[in-house]
Amino acid sequence: MTGSVFDIAHMLAGGLVLVSMMMLYQDRLYALLNVFALHSLVLTLSVGWQAVIQDAPHLFVTAAIALIFKAIIIPVVLHRMIRQLGIHREIETVVGIGPTMLAGLGLVALATVVMLRVTPSADPIAREDLAFALSVLLLGLLIMVTRRNAVSQVVGFMSLENGLVLAATGAKGMPLVVEISVAFSILIAFIVIGVFLFRIRERFDTVDVRALDDFKGRRRK
Amino acid sequence: MNALSSSILGLDAVTAVLVIPIATAALLALLPGYRMTARLNIVASFLTLLAALFLFFGARPPPGRYLLVDDLNIVFIVLNAFVGFTTSVFSAGYIAHELDIGRLTPANLRFYHAMYQVMMFGMNLAFVSNNIGLMWVAVELATLTTVLMVGIYRTHEALEAAWKYFILGSVGIAFALFGTILVYLAAQAVVGTGYDAMVWTTLVEHAAGFDPALLNLAFIFLLLGYGTKVGLAPLHAWLPDAHAEGPTPISAVLSGLLLNVALYAVLRFKILLAATPEAISPGPLMMTMGLISLIFAAFMLYRRRDIKRLFAYSSIEHMGIIVFAFGLGGSLANFAGLLHMVMHSLTKSAIFFAVGHIAQIKGTQRLSAIRGLTETHPGLGWGLLAGVIAIAGLPPAGIFMSEFLIVSSTFAKQPLLAIPLVFGLLVAFGALLLRLTGAIFGQPRGSLAPAEASYLPMFLHLALVLAAGIYLPPPMVSWFQHIANLLR
Repeated sequence: MTGSVFDIAHMLAGGLVLVSMMMLYQDRLYALLNVFALHSLVLTLSVGWQAVIQDAPHLFVTAAIALIFKAIIIPVVLHRMIRQLGIHREIETVVGIGPTMLAGLGLVALATVVMLRVTPSADPIAREDLAFALSVLLLGLLIMVTRRNAVSQVVGFMSLENGLVLAATGAKGMPLVVEISVAFSILIAFIVIGVFLFRIRERFDTVDVRALDDFKGRRRK
Repeated sequence: MNALSSSILGLDAVTAVLVIPIATAALLALLPGYRMTARLNIVASFLTLLAALFLFFGARPPPGRYLLVDDLNIVFIVLNAFVGFTTSVFSAGYIAHELDIGRLTPANLRFYHAMYQVMMFGMNLAFVSNNIGLMWVAVELATLTTVLMVGIYRTHEALEAAWKYFILGSVGIAFALFGTILVYLAAQAVVGTGYDAMVWTTLVEHAAGFDPALLNLAFIFLLLGYGTKVGLAPLHAWLPDAHAEGPTPISAVLSGLLLNVALYAVLRFKILLAATPEAISPGPLMMTMGLISLIFAAFMLYRRRDIKRLFAYSSIEHMGIIVFAFGLGGSLANFAGLLHMVMHSLTKSAIFFAVGHIAQIKGTQRLSAIRGLTETHPGLGWGLLAGVIAIAGLPPAGIFMSEFLIVSSTFAKQPLLAIPLVFGLLVAFGALLLRLTGAIFGQPRGSLAPAEASYLPMFLHLALVLAAGIYLPPPMVSWFQHIANLLR
């Protein structure tokens, strides 16, 4: 294991966490989508690098999916959708940016502490990758929890899924990685293009999940 | 030669359990006309049941890289196919009414029937998969199809429920996959890289050498991830909404089957953890989550005004009991847990069959609008009463026996834990009594339209539950005991 192999893998995976943190403070939907495209680009590089160092050509397929589908198609489609549907361009947050960032830092620290402690014997690259992947996963969850717009929740979910792909490629020789990333892409396409946004748009003037909550408040219990 | 041919037949049955639903799904997506598709749905579910029964009585294929049929999952497969079949019978009548009143369009129905079979495929695949990655994919497939079906009415409430289910479900998806990756990492150090490190039978064989710390962490993720789908508190928030807002046949399979699928996944990993000596014991974690779910749901039952929501909370309560029983461990508690799971699936789906018809007659799910069913609709009223007696754990139904066994084995192993357990059971019992006596016996209210119900699925389930409560055939007992010992 030469130094530079490790350094590059480390830098790319760390970059993914950094971009996840950048997502936390976006307050415009377009900007959030751009950052998400960057997120997927960094993931592509990271997965590509793993394919090279693990000598696993099938991971290039995963990298290609990340690049074409998640870094290009999805952001473009969402851009158009926002424009055509006239969705509010501001992101409404549940808590302020400051506390969210602090919570994000806490989650990254937590992920690092937990993962590094339980994997002392594992391969160093896999170990660091897992710590970073868990951070990305938790940050994705944080985005989903602290955002009210349906679109930004979907973006949170996609960034979370990027973290999972990072973890799966980091685990050396894990089977089904390509299949899982394909399955996830289909799922996302399903969600983004079809059912939810379409139906929510059909019934509500805003693709703001709070509209759903308001409705819930008026009814039942 | 004979053994060979029978094992080929066995393999065919496994394939049939998977191929029939998915092929039918493709067919249903293409065919127009709801009468024919509803019938086709029933026929396909019946064929799947036959294949499952054949698998149960016939020879089993040897475990392969992807598929496995063993003593544990065969029970789940047969139960799944059986409830899937009876629900498809119920669904045909229910859906016809929905079409009449215009809540669903024919295009919706085509989608609905295709999704029903895709869901059955996903659940069967989750049961027979011998690969933890494949199992994950299958559980997710089954979950996502139900998300789509919950949202099928496109009302505000249905969309809210589906969205909530999707968001919480994806959290579960993420945690479960992360846990699966960690298990792979633990296995890879011992078994070597590649497919073998994800094959469940290989994993159990080599589990003694796995890194315990890694496995512990993996189990926590898996328990949280799949636990979300079991509906364990505090991750249960999707469950009542999804049950209340989707079509009732979906509520029946959600409670009766999908929760079992997730539970089955947890059990598989529990066995893996139990085979690793230095790993934490999964018992206390599962017992805690089970008890919290039980007591929480028991109290929540009191405040329900919606009949489907009420029974959804009752499902959380019972899943809590089952997870508690498996967490307690030992052959008696495992036996009781398995029995309770089977009884709960049968009873709860029977209740939802009754509730579906009742809600259609009354045009509402509000409990205050449902009164005096035994007078106006004796079949549904007494059927619901029998179901409620069974689900509340009164003798002579089968749930009484399994709850009795769980409580007595708790007294034997952890006497202190028996106090919250019995407390939770009593609170839930009181809530069901309070909420439902009026609906069953009170002054009749609301629409008196006659029921166009097919009573057969409901009474078949109830008869089975009753029969199991009175007399369990010895072969079945020894069978369950054998599985209980497998679970440790």
